[in-house]
Amino acid sequence: MRLARSREGIGNRITTGWVVTYALMILLVAFTSLPLVYLLVSAFKPLDELVLYPPRFFVRRPTVEGFLDLFTALDSQEIPFTRYLFNSLFTTSANVLLIVLISTMGAYGLDKIKLPGGRALFRIVILGLMFSPPAAQIPIYMAINSLGILDTYWALIIPKLATPMFFFLLKQFMSQVPLEMVESARMDGAGEFGVYRRIVLPMIKPAIATVVVFAFIDNWNDAGPSTIYITRQAMRTLPFALGTIFSGGVIARLAAQNAAALLTILPTILLYLVMQSKVIRTMAYSGLKG
Amino acid sequence: MEMDRVRSHVRMQRYRMYAAGYAMIAPFFVLFLLFNVLPILWGFILSFTHYNIIQPMRFAGLTNYIELLTNDDLFMVAFRNTFTFAMISGPIGFMSSFFFAWIINQLRFRNAFSLAFYAPSIASGTAIGVVWLVMFSPDRLGIINNVLLRLGVINDPIRWTIDPVYILPLIILISIWMSLGAGFLTNLAGLNNIPYHLYEAGRIDGIRNRFQELVFITLPQMKPYLLFSAIMSTVSALNVGAMAAQVAGFPSPDYAAHTIVLHMQDHGFLRFELGYASAIAFILFLFNFSLGRIFMKMLSSND
Repeated sequence: MRLARSREGIGNRITTGWVVTYALMILLVAFTSLPLVYLLVSAFKPLDELVLYPPRFFVRRPTVEGFLDLFTALDSQEIPFTRYLFNSLFTTSANVLLIVLISTMGAYGLDKIKLPGGRALFRIVILGLMFSPPAAQIPIYMAINSLGILDTYWALIIPKLATPMFFFLLKQFMSQVPLEMVESARMDGAGEFGVYRRIVLPMIKPAIATVVVFAFIDNWNDAGPSTIYITRQAMRTLPFALGTIFSGGVIARLAAQNAAALLTILPTILLYLVMQSKVIRTMAYSGLKG
Repeated sequence: MEMDRVRSHVRMQRYRMYAAGYAMIAPFFVLFLLFNVLPILWGFILSFTHYNIIQPMRFAGLTNYIELLTNDDLFMVAFRNTFTFAMISGPIGFMSSFFFAWIINQLRFRNAFSLAFYAPSIASGTAIGVVWLVMFSPDRLGIINNVLLRLGVINDPIRWTIDPVYILPLIILISIWMSLGAGFLTNLAGLNNIPYHLYEAGRIDGIRNRFQELVFITLPQMKPYLLFSAIMSTVSALNVGAMAAQVAGFPSPDYAAHTIVLHMQDHGFLRFELGYASAIAFILFLFNFSLGRIFMKMLSSND
């Protein structure tokens, strides 16, 4: 009885401690969510409120003129907006899928097969993690150039696939999958790929969901590769395209720019919510009193 | 005879397993070699040269390193600032990313709380401009100054982003806030990955309160994820660059916000002294590595 009760979530037991905790946490997240709230309200601000000084946080007279203006601006472009959207969706989903696939396979090889030389390889990945990314930018450009993939989708996808941070995270979660489970599946005659796919992958779902969020945000918002490796406008991705459309700094387009910022961030929020539901258990383990 | 056959069968099986294993790790490690290891090695070679992309490369021996460590006062400033960041925001970021994940995981509406808490990472660019610069605007209109003036705590606005005394603490505060994301999300996933039965068993073994549960069950189970978030918070504290420039400008007043990464980008991308910039990158790497080693020693159980 006590055990069953304890899983019901803490909200059922109202104590002073919890009231204070909730109050403090609500204050804290009210603060941390400000940038998102600001993006939301700014998208509905009329122009005169956007150029107001001192700036006002909330909107007084909400309007959708920013969105209408955005669609007009996009319609007048030589390359249709949907093309940028496709480029972004295609390269980001390819990135996320391939990152998860190759990193989980790699982590499985090192953690569950204990390959000779595996420990050394893992150490090198950790070293790679500690190297500051800006320092490697120029050599990476040279590598992409010598592979002959400049100005192709490949240049937007493959340089980011082997990311030490994601590999490290997935390997840490995999290390918590008991080796006995893997070995008993082997006894039953499962091949290595079968064990990986049927036993290990389902057990590290929360880690995969987490990596999907990290990798998506990383790729979706990054105009960098599109700026450096791509010269054809039709191949470029959403953040870069939005940057150039508004680069003139035309104040009249300010409302459209804010509308675009909100639309760009929406997929990320949706993805976050979907992925979080795979991470967080529906029933909380609430722990003990006190 | 029979024994031999069994033994060779076992050996065959192990070879087959290894073959499958190398095939599985190959895609990651080939790409890792191409886009991480080789560029880093190339950078290491560059650090012993003078190179500006246009003129041919000249071998420089240890000149870059000697110049950097003995004759570059600005690098010393950057080093001191970066070290201060890492010592303060690294550990605080690490501990609070666990603490908040632990708290939020016990709340109702955890999804909403976690989204709101993770929001700065989702809107990172907007986050600095909107929240921090509006809050800490150095004039009377800045929110913090406004409140302090009204309360009568101060008579003149504090010049947050202009006065070198306040710049470093402000940047530490922002970098903690921004670096929480990765560790927070990982710890949240980790907490939800701990099997229930451990807690039930713990109760039978006489665990009586939330604190004991945290110390005896949760924390030991969280070790691999804590190692990850410790290393990530160190790496992100040491790599603070763009954010500092956005808050305090570049160059910042009195170089109060000058970091190693900014120093490297200054030499690499503005002055095209790629050899020198690579030497800076390697010093930073060594710095990163020695702090990382300490965490590995503390938090690794088997490696």
